[in-house]
Amino acid sequence: MFPLNLPELVSPWGANLIYFAIGLAFGFILESAGFGDSRKLAGQFYFKDLAVLQVMFTAIVTAMLLVFWAVSLGWLDYEAIWVNPTYLWPGITGGLIMGVGFIVGGFCPGTSLVSLATLKLDGAFFVLGVFTGIFVFGETVESFSDFYNSSYLGRLTLMDVFGLDTGVVVLMVVVMAIGMFAGGAWVRDRLVLAKKEETGT
Amino acid sequence: MAIGKTDVDPTVDRPVYWNSYIAGAALGVLLFTSFLLTGNGLGASGGIQRVIVAIEDLVVPSYVDRTPNLATLAGGDRKPLNNWIVIEILGALVGGFLSGLIHRRLRIETRKGPRISKSTRWAMAFLGGAIMGYGARLARGCTSGQALSGGCVLSAGSWAFMLSIFASAYALAYFLRKAWN
Repeated sequence: MFPLNLPELVSPWGANLIYFAIGLAFGFILESAGFGDSRKLAGQFYFKDLAVLQVMFTAIVTAMLLVFWAVSLGWLDYEAIWVNPTYLWPGITGGLIMGVGFIVGGFCPGTSLVSLATLKLDGAFFVLGVFTGIFVFGETVESFSDFYNSSYLGRLTLMDVFGLDTGVVVLMVVVMAIGMFAGGAWVRDRLVLAKKEETGT
Repeated sequence: MAIGKTDVDPTVDRPVYWNSYIAGAALGVLLFTSFLLTGNGLGASGGIQRVIVAIEDLVVPSYVDRTPNLATLAGGDRKPLNNWIVIEILGALVGGFLSGLIHRRLRIETRKGPRISKSTRWAMAFLGGAIMGYGARLARGCTSGQALSGGCVLSAGSWAFMLSIFASAYALAYFLRKAWN
């Protein structure tokens, strides 16, 4: 029955080794996908490069299908895995702030680490910025802790929100992802055509 | 739809990145494996936060003990670095380095749009990073810990968060087009 209790099963050191291996694979895949390159990442928001959308939503759909298959087969205990609790408004506000940070800086925290690891100077400055931002957050959060802890809805899932069965929500996410892949590619190709006509090539 | 078509870096001829759908599927399998083995997904900003708090705990331990949100990580005998996410981001740094090495992308350089200077790009990267770091802690997670990990287990808050990032980045993209194009 999964998830495993690693520290008990393979000792704390064995567990750390597995955490390290998971991180290693994470960094390797991000870099291989081109996510150490800020221009490639930012290209998403000008429909020049759809890798962010494609990688992210393929990953979410793949992991989601595997997770809920394993749950329905009784191999994985859904109640025992970490489902991010919902703090609705702090989450939405944080997301809106991060969108600004992304378009200004060109990374998210994870991709900036990979960029730094491949010696990109913009990645290094971004990582310095992330350290600064997180430090400042830690120093200021006490002044608005009411908001930070507001709209707490606990372990709320999309199934709870829509009142639908898990299978239906899973199918909706898959259909939405395919729709976004097709829609994104359609917009990108239209922009390429428009540019070609403009320059007459 | 261009499944199977590989995106090529348009600026220079350098080794091509993995096909996005293949990279995404690999990332999804990894994410699932992580949930199976550890009960957790992936993360980044939470690990960086723990490194910062560990430094603060070295320099000003009594201050950390008095500040509730820092004390939950490093108050008293708590060791902020003794956590899976810290080990995981160390692994991610090494993994990124190895991929760069194998694919011959280890090069000291600055990636930027052609119409801005290097120093402008550096300033924007620092500023963007600071904004991103602040927002990620307000949202209790970043693209890895909230969007990917919470998204695939269908957390409602993670989906609201993910839509917010894309909405605000797209809304602002037009005004910053000079920086990237």
